[in-house]
Amino acid sequence: MARVLLFGRFRDIAGWRERDVQAATLFDLRTLLAGEDPDFGMALTGPGVQVAVDQTIVRGDMPLGPRAEVAFLPPMSGG
Amino acid sequence: MILLTEAPFDPGTLLTAFSKGRTETGAIATFTGLARAEHGSTAILELEAYPGFTEAAIGKIAAEAKARWTLHDLSILHRVGQIAPGDPIVFVATAAGHRRAAFEACDFLMDYLKSRAPFWKKEHGPDGARWVEPSAQDHADRDRWG
Repeated sequence: MARVLLFGRFRDIAGWRERDVQAATLFDLRTLLAGEDPDFGMALTGPGVQVAVDQTIVRGDMPLGPRAEVAFLPPMSGG
Repeated sequence: MILLTEAPFDPGTLLTAFSKGRTETGAIATFTGLARAEHGSTAILELEAYPGFTEAAIGKIAAEAKARWTLHDLSILHRVGQIAPGDPIVFVATAAGHRRAAFEACDFLMDYLKSRAPFWKKEHGPDGARWVEPSAQDHADRDRWG
Protein backbone atom coordinates (compact mmCIF):
# COMPACT_ATOMS: atom_id res chain seq x y z
CA MET A 1 0.00 0.00 0.00
CA ALA A 2 1.56 3.28 -1.09
CA ARG A 3 0.52 6.68 0.19
CA VAL A 4 0.17 8.91 -2.87
CA LEU A 5 0.51 12.69 -2.54
CA LEU A 6 -0.37 15.24 -5.21
CA PHE A 7 0.80 18.84 -5.44
CA GLY A 8 0.00 21.97 -7.42
CA ARG A 9 -2.20 21.61 -10.48
CA PHE A 10 -2.29 17.79 -10.12
CA ARG A 11 -4.71 18.26 -7.21
CA ASP A 12 -7.06 20.25 -9.42
CA ILE A 13 -6.82 17.75 -12.29
CA ALA A 14 -7.28 14.61 -10.18
CA GLY A 15 -9.66 16.13 -7.63
CA TRP A 16 -7.83 14.65 -4.63
CA ARG A 17 -4.64 15.36 -2.72
CA GLU A 18 -3.80 12.19 -0.80
CA ARG A 19 -4.79 8.55 -1.15
CA ASP A 20 -3.63 5.05 -0.28
CA VAL A 21 -3.19 2.91 -3.38
CA GLN A 22 -2.28 -0.77 -3.65
CA ALA A 23 0.65 -1.03 -6.08
CA ALA A 24 3.83 -3.11 -6.04
CA THR A 25 5.86 -0.82 -8.30
CA LEU A 26 5.86 2.78 -9.47
CA PHE A 27 4.99 1.56 -12.96
CA ASP A 28 1.95 -0.33 -11.60
CA LEU A 29 0.87 2.76 -9.69
CA ARG A 30 1.10 5.01 -12.78
CA THR A 31 -0.80 2.44 -14.86
CA LEU A 32 -3.53 2.17 -12.24
CA LEU A 33 -3.93 5.95 -11.83
CA ALA A 34 -3.95 6.52 -15.62
CA GLY A 35 -6.53 3.74 -16.04
CA GLU A 36 -8.83 5.39 -13.50
CA ASP A 37 -8.40 8.89 -14.85
CA PRO A 38 -6.86 9.26 -18.34
CA ASP A 39 -6.61 13.08 -18.08
CA PHE A 40 -4.60 12.79 -14.90
CA GLY A 41 -2.55 9.99 -16.49
CA MET A 42 -1.67 12.33 -19.38
CA ALA A 43 -0.77 15.13 -16.97
CA LEU A 44 1.67 12.81 -15.18
CA THR A 45 3.63 12.30 -18.40
CA GLY A 46 3.96 16.05 -19.09
CA PRO A 47 7.28 17.94 -19.33
CA GLY A 48 9.01 18.83 -16.09
CA VAL A 49 7.00 16.39 -13.96
CA GLN A 50 9.02 14.72 -11.19
CA VAL A 51 8.26 11.82 -8.88
CA ALA A 52 9.57 11.46 -5.34
CA VAL A 53 9.51 8.17 -3.43
CA ASP A 54 10.04 8.64 0.30
CA GLN A 55 11.01 12.26 -0.40
CA THR A 56 13.77 11.41 -2.91
CA ILE A 57 13.42 12.20 -6.61
CA VAL A 58 13.46 9.00 -8.67
CA ARG A 59 13.56 8.23 -12.38
CA GLY A 60 12.12 5.17 -14.07
CA ASP A 61 10.46 2.29 -12.28
CA MET A 62 11.07 1.01 -8.76
CA PRO A 63 9.41 -1.34 -6.29
CA LEU A 64 7.22 0.31 -3.66
CA GLY A 65 7.48 -0.85 -0.06
CA PRO A 66 4.34 -1.35 2.04
CA ARG A 67 4.51 2.17 3.48
CA ALA A 68 6.10 4.01 0.55
CA GLU A 69 5.25 7.69 0.15
CA VAL A 70 4.93 8.60 -3.54
CA ALA A 71 4.64 12.26 -4.48
CA PHE A 72 3.81 13.45 -8.00
CA LEU A 73 5.32 16.90 -8.46
CA PRO A 74 4.28 19.17 -11.32
CA PRO A 75 6.85 21.74 -12.54
CA MET A 76 7.84 23.82 -9.53
CA SER A 77 6.86 27.46 -9.30
CA GLY A 78 9.76 28.62 -7.16
CA GLY A 79 9.14 30.81 -4.16
CA MET B 1 17.61 28.60 10.10
CA ILE B 2 15.34 27.37 7.35
CA LEU B 3 11.67 27.70 8.14
CA LEU B 4 8.36 27.52 6.32
CA THR B 5 5.50 29.24 8.06
CA GLU B 6 1.82 29.90 7.47
CA ALA B 7 1.93 32.85 9.85
CA PRO B 8 2.70 36.40 8.68
CA PHE B 9 6.12 37.66 9.79
CA ASP B 10 7.82 40.97 10.43
CA PRO B 11 11.15 41.30 8.56
CA GLY B 12 12.38 43.95 11.00
CA THR B 13 11.99 41.63 13.97
CA LEU B 14 13.78 38.85 12.07
CA LEU B 15 16.68 41.14 11.17
CA THR B 16 17.03 42.34 14.77
CA ALA B 17 17.16 38.76 16.04
CA PHE B 18 19.56 37.69 13.26
CA SER B 19 21.97 40.59 13.99
CA LYS B 20 22.10 40.09 17.73
CA GLY B 21 25.29 39.06 19.54
CA ARG B 22 27.61 39.10 16.54
CA THR B 23 31.01 40.62 17.24
CA GLU B 24 32.95 39.36 14.19
CA THR B 25 30.26 39.73 11.53
CA GLY B 26 30.97 42.90 9.61
CA ALA B 27 28.13 42.56 7.11
CA ILE B 28 24.54 41.38 7.02
CA ALA B 29 22.58 41.45 3.76
CA THR B 30 18.86 40.80 3.71
CA PHE B 31 16.19 40.42 1.09
CA THR B 32 12.46 40.65 1.76
CA GLY B 33 10.04 39.66 -0.98
CA LEU B 34 6.46 40.95 -0.85
CA ALA B 35 3.43 39.40 -2.53
CA ARG B 36 2.39 41.59 -5.49
CA ALA B 37 -1.19 42.54 -6.33
CA GLU B 38 -0.28 42.56 -10.07
CA HIS B 39 -2.50 45.65 -10.53
CA GLY B 40 -5.57 43.98 -9.11
CA SER B 41 -5.23 40.63 -10.89
CA THR B 42 -4.05 38.80 -7.77
CA ALA B 43 -6.26 39.07 -4.68
CA ILE B 44 -4.57 36.18 -2.87
CA LEU B 45 -1.43 34.20 -3.53
CA GLU B 46 -1.53 30.56 -2.49
CA LEU B 47 1.80 28.86 -1.96
CA GLU B 48 2.09 25.15 -1.41
CA ALA B 49 5.15 23.22 -0.20
CA TYR B 50 5.89 19.53 0.30
CA PRO B 51 6.66 19.44 4.03
CA GLY B 52 10.09 17.94 4.69
CA PHE B 53 11.02 17.73 1.02
CA THR B 54 10.86 21.50 0.46
CA GLU B 55 12.97 22.28 3.55
CA ALA B 56 15.52 19.64 2.48
CA ALA B 57 15.77 21.16 -1.02
CA ILE B 58 16.26 24.65 0.43
CA GLY B 59 18.86 23.15 2.78
CA LYS B 60 20.85 21.98 -0.26
CA ILE B 61 20.70 25.48 -1.75
CA ALA B 62 21.89 26.89 1.58
CA ALA B 63 24.75 24.36 1.72
CA GLU B 64 25.81 25.43 -1.78
CA ALA B 65 25.87 29.08 -0.69
CA LYS B 66 28.01 28.15 2.31
CA ALA B 67 30.40 26.26 0.03
CA ARG B 68 30.74 29.23 -2.36
CA TRP B 69 31.10 32.05 0.17
CA THR B 70 32.52 32.31 3.65
CA LEU B 71 29.40 32.97 5.65
CA HIS B 72 28.97 33.23 9.40
CA ASP B 73 25.29 32.38 9.20
CA LEU B 74 22.21 32.46 7.02
CA SER B 75 18.49 32.50 7.56
CA ILE B 76 15.65 31.69 5.16
CA LEU B 77 12.02 32.09 6.11
CA HIS B 78 9.29 31.41 3.56
CA ARG B 79 5.54 31.82 3.84
CA VAL B 80 3.22 29.06 2.67
CA GLY B 81 -0.57 29.02 2.49
CA GLN B 82 -2.66 32.08 1.67
CA ILE B 83 -0.74 35.34 1.32
CA ALA B 84 -2.28 38.77 0.81
CA PRO B 85 -0.73 41.41 -1.49
CA GLY B 86 1.77 43.53 0.40
CA ASP B 87 2.59 40.79 2.90
CA PRO B 88 6.19 39.59 3.18
CA ILE B 89 6.49 36.19 1.50
CA VAL B 90 10.21 35.47 1.83
CA PHE B 91 13.04 36.70 4.06
CA VAL B 92 16.69 35.85 3.41
CA ALA B 93 19.57 37.06 5.58
CA THR B 94 23.27 36.33 5.22
CA ALA B 95 26.04 37.22 7.64
CA ALA B 96 29.71 37.44 6.68
CA GLY B 97 32.92 39.14 7.68
CA HIS B 98 32.67 41.57 4.78
CA ARG B 99 29.88 42.90 2.58
CA ARG B 100 30.69 41.27 -0.79
CA ALA B 101 30.10 37.70 0.43
CA ALA B 102 26.91 38.73 2.24
CA PHE B 103 25.47 40.55 -0.81
CA GLU B 104 26.39 37.85 -3.31
CA ALA B 105 25.20 34.91 -1.19
CA CYS B 106 21.87 36.64 -0.55
CA ASP B 107 21.42 37.31 -4.28
CA PHE B 108 22.37 33.71 -5.13
CA LEU B 109 19.95 32.26 -2.57
CA MET B 110 17.05 34.31 -3.93
CA ASP B 111 17.80 33.34 -7.55
CA TYR B 112 17.75 29.68 -6.58
CA LEU B 113 14.67 30.01 -4.39
CA LYS B 114 12.77 31.70 -7.23
CA SER B 115 13.66 29.12 -9.86
CA ARG B 116 14.35 25.80 -8.19
CA ALA B 117 12.71 25.58 -4.76
CA PRO B 118 9.81 23.11 -4.58
CA PHE B 119 6.86 25.44 -4.21
CA TRP B 120 3.66 25.51 -6.22
CA LYS B 121 2.09 28.91 -6.57
CA LYS B 122 -1.49 29.75 -7.44
CA GLU B 123 -2.76 33.27 -8.07
CA HIS B 124 -6.39 33.86 -7.14
CA GLY B 125 -7.93 36.92 -8.83
CA PRO B 126 -11.18 38.31 -10.19
CA ASP B 127 -10.83 36.13 -13.31
CA GLY B 128 -10.33 32.91 -11.36
CA ALA B 129 -7.21 31.05 -10.28
CA ARG B 130 -4.09 30.02 -12.20
CA TRP B 131 -0.94 28.05 -11.38
CA VAL B 132 2.30 29.96 -11.94
CA GLU B 133 5.61 28.57 -13.21
CA PRO B 134 9.02 30.26 -13.10
CA SER B 135 9.55 32.96 -15.73
CA ALA B 136 12.32 32.95 -18.33
CA GLN B 137 13.82 35.82 -16.31
CA ASP B 138 13.87 33.62 -13.17
CA HIS B 139 15.78 30.92 -15.07
CA ALA B 140 18.18 33.48 -16.59
CA ASP B 141 18.83 34.95 -13.12
CA ARG B 142 19.69 31.51 -11.77
CA ASP B 143 21.95 30.72 -14.74
CA ARG B 144 24.13 33.73 -13.89
CA TRP B 145 25.67 31.61 -11.12
CA GLY B 146 26.86 28.78 -13.40
